[in-house]
Amino acid sequence: MNALGTGANINTGDTAWMLVATALVLMMTPALGLFYAGLVRAKNTLNTFMMSIGALGVVTVTWALVGYSLAFDKGNGVIGGFKFALLHDVTFTPRAGTAIPHLLFMAFEAAFCIITAALVSGAVVERMRFGPFLVFMGLWSLLVYPVLAHWVWGGGWLQHHGTLDFAGGVPVEMASGFSAFAAAMAVGARKDYGRQALLPHNAVYALLGAGLLWFGWFGFNGGSGYSTGHPGVLAFTNTLLAPACTLVVWFILDLTFGGRVTAIGAATAIIVGCVAITPAGGFVSPIWAMVLGGLAALPSYAMIVWRPRTRLDETLDVLAAHGLAGLTGILFIGFVAQHSWNGVSNGLLYGNARQLGWQAVAALAGPAYAFTVTFVLLKVIGLVTPLRVPEGQEALGLDVAQHGEEAYTSGEGAILVVPEEHVPVAQP
Amino acid sequence: MKLVIGIVRPERANNVLEALYRADVRGLSMSRVQGHGGELDRVETYRGTTVKMELSEKVRFEIAVSDPFVEATIDALCEGARTGEVGDGKIFVVPLERAVRIRTGEKDTLAVTPVEP
Repeated sequence: MNALGTGANINTGDTAWMLVATALVLMMTPALGLFYAGLVRAKNTLNTFMMSIGALGVVTVTWALVGYSLAFDKGNGVIGGFKFALLHDVTFTPRAGTAIPHLLFMAFEAAFCIITAALVSGAVVERMRFGPFLVFMGLWSLLVYPVLAHWVWGGGWLQHHGTLDFAGGVPVEMASGFSAFAAAMAVGARKDYGRQALLPHNAVYALLGAGLLWFGWFGFNGGSGYSTGHPGVLAFTNTLLAPACTLVVWFILDLTFGGRVTAIGAATAIIVGCVAITPAGGFVSPIWAMVLGGLAALPSYAMIVWRPRTRLDETLDVLAAHGLAGLTGILFIGFVAQHSWNGVSNGLLYGNARQLGWQAVAALAGPAYAFTVTFVLLKVIGLVTPLRVPEGQEALGLDVAQHGEEAYTSGEGAILVVPEEHVPVAQP
Repeated sequence: MKLVIGIVRPERANNVLEALYRADVRGLSMSRVQGHGGELDRVETYRGTTVKMELSEKVRFEIAVSDPFVEATIDALCEGARTGEVGDGKIFVVPLERAVRIRTGEKDTLAVTPVEP
């Protein structure tokens, strides 16, 4: 054993599972990129996908440098301190309250911050410049996500008062949803929004992306107990049950209102179900998880039908799928949390009205903070540099305009540009 | 009777359709084509391979009209497709020898005049 040691406090089973869970959660970000890419027009495929890939780079760096410390150092009730900045003291010794190495805990939580930042891109696809979006994600991952994560997990005021959030209803789902709402308002609608049909170009991508997200979500929720113990197992199983119920209810809603079950609807339903069970996973019984899954379909479905009729071009409905479903899940805990299942607290139905009260406070405070800071942040970035591409670029497509590449290039008529020094010169 | 061929930017195709509809021009075909008309080449890079894309995506409208509709069709194409930048496209008008509506066997001008519902 060296000084850092793999002491007796480390549980090898927990560690093995958390290594896998971390990789599963990391995979969710490219899966999200695929899901989003399928929902935009063909000319914006790469740009949309790249917004998620961008998060893998930028947010991992900000997280390791400062973000992790701001979220998970003790600090005060609102935000963590700088003790873990530059990963100082983040070693093989167990993270307090777990039996896994602190370093692994940091990596697991990093993957959460990455996908949350990437989620916000859904609100601004097909028009936002790539550079400013990267800057936005970098700052957002320091100003918004760590604060909310600190509130519910890092020793912040919500956690102190007993708000239950298993895998991120507040910092992940509501934060991304309401930040997306703010971002759509700050960046503005696409120029053809409301005048032309702007249709998804590949529903297969959307279905495959949603399927991979569900797969990754087993690590997301199942890993949020940081162990192979009961809460993790409960959340893992609930991640199977709840989205299945959302799918079935969504099918019924589609049949009732449209007469046909749609593929894009099914992909959306999977996300909504996974989101709803995210905060509740380790706190509610499997049967209540199924009820939650079914119930969560209703507000999100209604919003997805209603939103495109408004002026708000929140393009890929992050607010409906994540904000609203996350809010449903957070509140649902307040009603049906069961001490006999979670060993922590009861909800209103089991005699503890106080739990619902603090779930409601979280459902108000989280969105309010995320919305406000995101809106101000984007307005400030907008003062320094334009947020949107020029109209001509928006028409041409952001793949060519922002990246100089196309998703579906044929190669016909392409002429190889040979660098000067390689041009063969006649020998004397 | 003329065949009006309009080659326009893909992103303007919807505007052209709208303009044609307003001009009461109903029968048309549309296809995706690639072409080159003197606009600046786009440069794309794939892993160190830099290429000049000589051909750009365009949409080709083919509209057979009776003589009184020729000007209206040309105007609608121009109005819908124009952005003012190089690469807005071209319109070609060519004489049409014969036209037949397959369902009824109607010929020429009758064949290119939309049926009243």
